[in-house]
Amino acid sequence: MSQDHPANLLYTREHEWARIEGNTATIGITHFAVEQLGDVTQVDLPREGETIRKEDVFGSVESVKAVSDLYAPLSGKVVKVNNPLNDTPQYLNDEPYDDGWLIQIELSNPAETASLMTAAQYAEFLRDQDAH
Amino acid sequence: MSSVNELPPRHLLHHEPPIFELGSPGRSGASLPSLDVPAADPRDDWGSLARAEAPGLPELSEVDVTRHFTRLSRWNYAIDIGMYPLGSCTMKYNPKINEAAARIPGFAGLHVYQPESTLQGALELMWQLERMLCEIVGFPRATLQPAAGAHGELAGLMMIRAAHADRGRHPTKILIPDSAHGTNPASCTLNGFDAVTLPTGADGVLDVDAVRAALSSDTAGIMITNPSTLGVFEENIADIAELVHSVGGFVYMDGANLNALLGKFRPGDAGVDVMHINLHKTFTTPHGGGGPGAGPVAVAAALEPFLPRPTVEKRGDRFTLEYDRPKSVGRLRSFFGNWGMFVRAYTYIRELGGEGLTRATELAVLNANYLRARLEHEYPVACTRRSMHEVVFSDKRLKKETGVQTLDIAKRLIDHGYHPPTVYFPLIVPGALMIEPTETESPETLDQFADALLAIAEEARRDPERVKSAPHSTGLRRLDETRAARKPRLRWRPAGTE
Repeated sequence: MSQDHPANLLYTREHEWARIEGNTATIGITHFAVEQLGDVTQVDLPREGETIRKEDVFGSVESVKAVSDLYAPLSGKVVKVNNPLNDTPQYLNDEPYDDGWLIQIELSNPAETASLMTAAQYAEFLRDQDAH
Repeated sequence: MSSVNELPPRHLLHHEPPIFELGSPGRSGASLPSLDVPAADPRDDWGSLARAEAPGLPELSEVDVTRHFTRLSRWNYAIDIGMYPLGSCTMKYNPKINEAAARIPGFAGLHVYQPESTLQGALELMWQLERMLCEIVGFPRATLQPAAGAHGELAGLMMIRAAHADRGRHPTKILIPDSAHGTNPASCTLNGFDAVTLPTGADGVLDVDAVRAALSSDTAGIMITNPSTLGVFEENIADIAELVHSVGGFVYMDGANLNALLGKFRPGDAGVDVMHINLHKTFTTPHGGGGPGAGPVAVAAALEPFLPRPTVEKRGDRFTLEYDRPKSVGRLRSFFGNWGMFVRAYTYIRELGGEGLTRATELAVLNANYLRARLEHEYPVACTRRSMHEVVFSDKRLKKETGVQTLDIAKRLIDHGYHPPTVYFPLIVPGALMIEPTETESPETLDQFADALLAIAEEARRDPERVKSAPHSTGLRRLDETRAARKPRLRWRPAGTE
């Protein structure tokens, strides 16, 4: 898979990604989402210990163009938050799959991962979107 | 063809420092008479509240101040200078007769604490304006208190919540289409409701089945912007209203786009329960920096008991303020609202009458569709449906062919002498350019504006860097918006104290 959508991640139609490691998932937004947003100026994230539910809004990203909601790809308890984003939101623009990760959660329902897209499926989803 | 003035007069270009950096110690614009009473020490009267040091105000002469602000004013853009195609904002011309009416001494000189018996003319104007607005949108009552559209949303949702509570219900969810105004979800959150986003159907209108699927006993209501931010009429609104009512919910209509509907469609007739009206959009009171807004909210009978108080009532031939409204959500604005705007809107409505308002809507819709017809081949339109009062273009084609994006197009329009349109909104249209000409603009102006946009598309193919580095003719070039947002400097500080 291309650099744009790493093959080891799972994806949502709202352009979030999840990296599953055992019972935890690291969550971020995709290269495509970042391209659409433009320069990110602020990131609002939940606090450690909060629980998030799949498909619910868990935060927001503000860019020079707009404020966009973040939708949880999976359910679980927030165990880690990428706090450096508060001071350095450009990590999201520069490294959306690396230093630009958003939160890490402990999965409360690991079976939910079956509903996410693979990198290949996500790439096809983007192609379909573009055709419209 | 549209021409770009690349080298404006020098006076537009010079650097203008903040007023705090102008002037000189001891200089003054006022000459006070010499002190002829004993000098007093402020500390004797105010104790510790008295300042220990002078406040550090700039010291300038009258001519310094006059020139500073006059120069700054020349950087302004205003509806009195040219077309202001800011989509979703209805930047129509504000007729000067409105100002004349608002300055009639009997209106302008009123004091809010005057006895009611001496406020009869003002109360009658408010009473009549309420009835005019109600007739236009098809509702029995309205409040004039809210200070702007979003304040109107707050008022409407407070009434919805109060009406549910009055029936012993406490539903938590408000449905909002993704083509609604961005303030709608914020108003929900402020009111303690959860906003549930509804996707727009493929044809750009809200789908009845999507609403049906989202409804539950926990649905407090729905907020519909009509026409939507895609500039499309939500034709299913009556069916949707019936569905929402069937689960006990209320229908809020965001009336910011009412300029598309005057004399054509009355939301109250279609089952809407509550809506706000922006006097500063539809009814020609100043918008933006020109004056305060006003967002009256009209309600159906079911919500009338919950209207903010006081209301203006007519008893015999007298007008009176009614505070005895036990179910009222309370007062939402000091005194009576932004009164001067009521005079202006009343004047406009009286000036145009029903036929004139209908004609205004017809021309507003015609103008938007004319621009669409002239520009659609270069700037694809987001929605295939007929446009109402505004049209949403995208940068899709130019971006793909030349790399020039919506922001660049907006900046280059400044060089052509126009205020840029609304950009990157609605969010559901990538690279949106949202253009609302209003009925104000003549065919010649519309043609000049369309020519400018076509010239920018042509230039993007020939010399994309020129467009990407616009604006070129302004005193300040393209600002670093990212840095301004990430590291905002919100106030001036004296040198060395930053």
